[in-house]
Amino acid sequence: MSPPVSLDERQLTSVTRAGYLQGSCSRYLHPLILTISVAFSIPASPPMLLSSPTSSRASIPTLETLKISGGKKPRVSQHVIFGKHHPFSTTAAENEQKEKISVTFIDKDGEEKHIKVPIGMSMLEAAHENDIELEGACEGSLACSTCHVIVMDVDYYNKLEDPTDEENDMLDLAFGLTETSRLGCQVIAKPELDGLHLALPAATRNFAVDGYVPKPH
Amino acid sequence: MAVFQARKWYSRSFSSLSSHPLHICVVGSGPAGFYTAEKMLKAHQAAEIDIIDRLPTPFGLVRSGVAPDHPETKIVVNQFSRVALNERCSFFGNVSLGTSISLAELRDMYHVVVLAYGAESDRILGVPGEDLKGIHSAREFVWWYNGHPDYKNLALDLKSTETAVILGQGNVALDVARVLLRPKRELAITDIANHALVSLEESCIRKVYLVGRRGPVQAACTAKELREILGIKDLYIHIQEADLLKSPADEEELKNSRIQRRVYELLSKAVTSQPSQPRSGQRELHFVFFRRPDKFLHSDNISGNVTGVCYEKTILKENGGSGKQSAVGTGQFEDLECGLVLKSIGYKSVPVNGLPFDNHKGMVPNIRGRVLSDVPGEHTFEKGLYVAGWLKRGPTGIIATNLYCAEETVASISEDLEQGLLTPSFPKPGREGLGQLLDSRNVRFVPFSGWEKIDVKEKADGSLRNKPREKIVSWQELLKVANE
Ligand SMILES: Cc1cc2nc3c(=O)[nH]c(=O)nc-3n(C[C@H](O)[C@H](O)[C@H](O)COP(=O)(O)OP(=O)(O)OC[C@H]3O[C@@H](n4cnc5c(N)ncnc54)[C@H](O)[C@@H]3O)c2cc1C
Ligand code: FES
Repeated sequence: MSPPVSLDERQLTSVTRAGYLQGSCSRYLHPLILTISVAFSIPASPPMLLSSPTSSRASIPTLETLKISGGKKPRVSQHVIFGKHHPFSTTAAENEQKEKISVTFIDKDGEEKHIKVPIGMSMLEAAHENDIELEGACEGSLACSTCHVIVMDVDYYNKLEDPTDEENDMLDLAFGLTETSRLGCQVIAKPELDGLHLALPAATRNFAVDGYVPKPH
Repeated sequence: MAVFQARKWYSRSFSSLSSHPLHICVVGSGPAGFYTAEKMLKAHQAAEIDIIDRLPTPFGLVRSGVAPDHPETKIVVNQFSRVALNERCSFFGNVSLGTSISLAELRDMYHVVVLAYGAESDRILGVPGEDLKGIHSAREFVWWYNGHPDYKNLALDLKSTETAVILGQGNVALDVARVLLRPKRELAITDIANHALVSLEESCIRKVYLVGRRGPVQAACTAKELREILGIKDLYIHIQEADLLKSPADEEELKNSRIQRRVYELLSKAVTSQPSQPRSGQRELHFVFFRRPDKFLHSDNISGNVTGVCYEKTILKENGGSGKQSAVGTGQFEDLECGLVLKSIGYKSVPVNGLPFDNHKGMVPNIRGRVLSDVPGEHTFEKGLYVAGWLKRGPTGIIATNLYCAEETVASISEDLEQGLLTPSFPKPGREGLGQLLDSRNVRFVPFSGWEKIDVKEKADGSLRNKPREKIVSWQELLKVANE
């Protein structure tokens, strides 16, 4: 039952994750960075380049290339959001050791998971790389609010740049919104954030946005 | 009979995946259907899921509802596609519950049936003249511009009038207004259906009225959509300044709702930043508050086309202790001329045979996704039958709402499994049975690989026109491409 979609097709869909220009559609049509997308994310596709020597850091888009392709998207991280596997994690490991910060995710059952996040990476990507169940329906293009996280410490919250209007627009629709809520795809690791604690808001989920009254459990 | 055959076949060749596969059928491949499938796959290793949809194409309103100029919202189909490609999940397009197969048959073949078939009809206003020519529901208009195969031939006249009235001020109303007003070269690079693009390019509509029964404090849209329409280039925006005055009850509502506060702020800013008059020929968007349609007007000639709307002015009255305010008529009336009316007052689900249904609310009575039996006075559930999405909650909420909604339904299914209310050890024919039954009825279903062929073709056709895809809008061609 192998699907007839060519690898190229898949690359196209996957690459749009990184190359979307907020407020315009043209980027959806012509994703610029085709090189970065290797077989990931769609389980049925063979991980062709996983072991290939060419799939190294060189293929990671630089901030510059992303800026060209990402235009005025409020924040573009240096890394592209991949599925769970991506080809270059080991290659980059050594020289990034120093440039990582510690982040703790608290899942919906209150369990903590400590991870290291490279500077420049978004919390959404970091969560996905570490099997943390943070949704990211729009893959970081500020159009869904499913990557909602709660910053547990106000001091850390204040270290973040203020959310843009566009982020606030999506936060409006987030479930279980709090005073220190942010979108995971817009929180980018930087040195000052070392020690950040983020909670997934699952425990407080409700249908308030809908005017839906949740029934008692 | 087919079911029986399937059962026989089934007991001979047992599934390799698990000794007791749990056969689940999800009806509807919109967000609710896919999120339900995803959560079930995760929660139950023995689950084998078939998603059926009446269309040859998956993704429900993500394909046929979400506006063409919102490509980023549609990225979620990547996630849904990964679910569909899971080896324990199959897609059966071109299979319609109620036509190709009955609910009773599905329940017979599967341990669990989850209905997530959305809301494919409209609420009506119930005012005189609602059937006049030139009056459509927003659902029809949206399906038309998004290339839904049932609405490619909608008789829509955009050339005989300059003025359109949209009833309602929610996000769907704003989508519709934006599509009418946005410069067409900006729409030309989206996945809008070609027939719609051609019509819109020739459209004479220059003035759009967005009409709401209540005030700017109660406007049902979100800030994102509002910001977008207010930002359309060279568009004159009109809001009556007096409408922006707030009562103490309004202040209270604003205090309690971040969304309403931010929407109100955007509307007030829009007023102050506008010139007092539009330039001649400029496109115009008018927000009209505190008006409810009383009747539709038409000329005396035989065309039967709508020529205007008569409104009653309203004021707000507090609604018990709820803090919400509702609109009540004042007895003052006013006419507004127009040649096109789009009603955006809500979608409504349709029942199928054998399904308990609340006709008034247009949804399935349920508790946390478990379908309540029709038996009056009693709280009994329909065994193995669940709902999710718009059919369960009514037609509100964003895509993400269906995620939480599906989680709730899946939690109910899991509880029922644990308590032994479902019987997965009793073999059911599941997928094989469905396949045989469809075969015996000559229903040629479209598997996910068939949709992928459509997808590839649409993207290829689109790239020739600088569009992300050129949607195939006819049933015949969709099926042809899928079966190639
Ligand atoms: C015009 C419009 C624009 C929207 N824009 C946005 C947006 O920008 N962002 C956002 O987050 N949300 C948006 N939404 C909301 C979002 O689309 C809905 O919340 C969501 O699609 C509801 O999911 P559902 O699965 O319940 O129904 P649907 O998405 O409607 O899916 C139902 C599916 O069931 C199938 N079906 C129907 N009848 C049968 C049958 N008898 N047998 C088999 N299959 C059947 C249909 O073909 C369809 O595929 C929009 C909604 C509309 C109407
Ligand atoms: S992933 Fe959609 S807004 Fe962050």
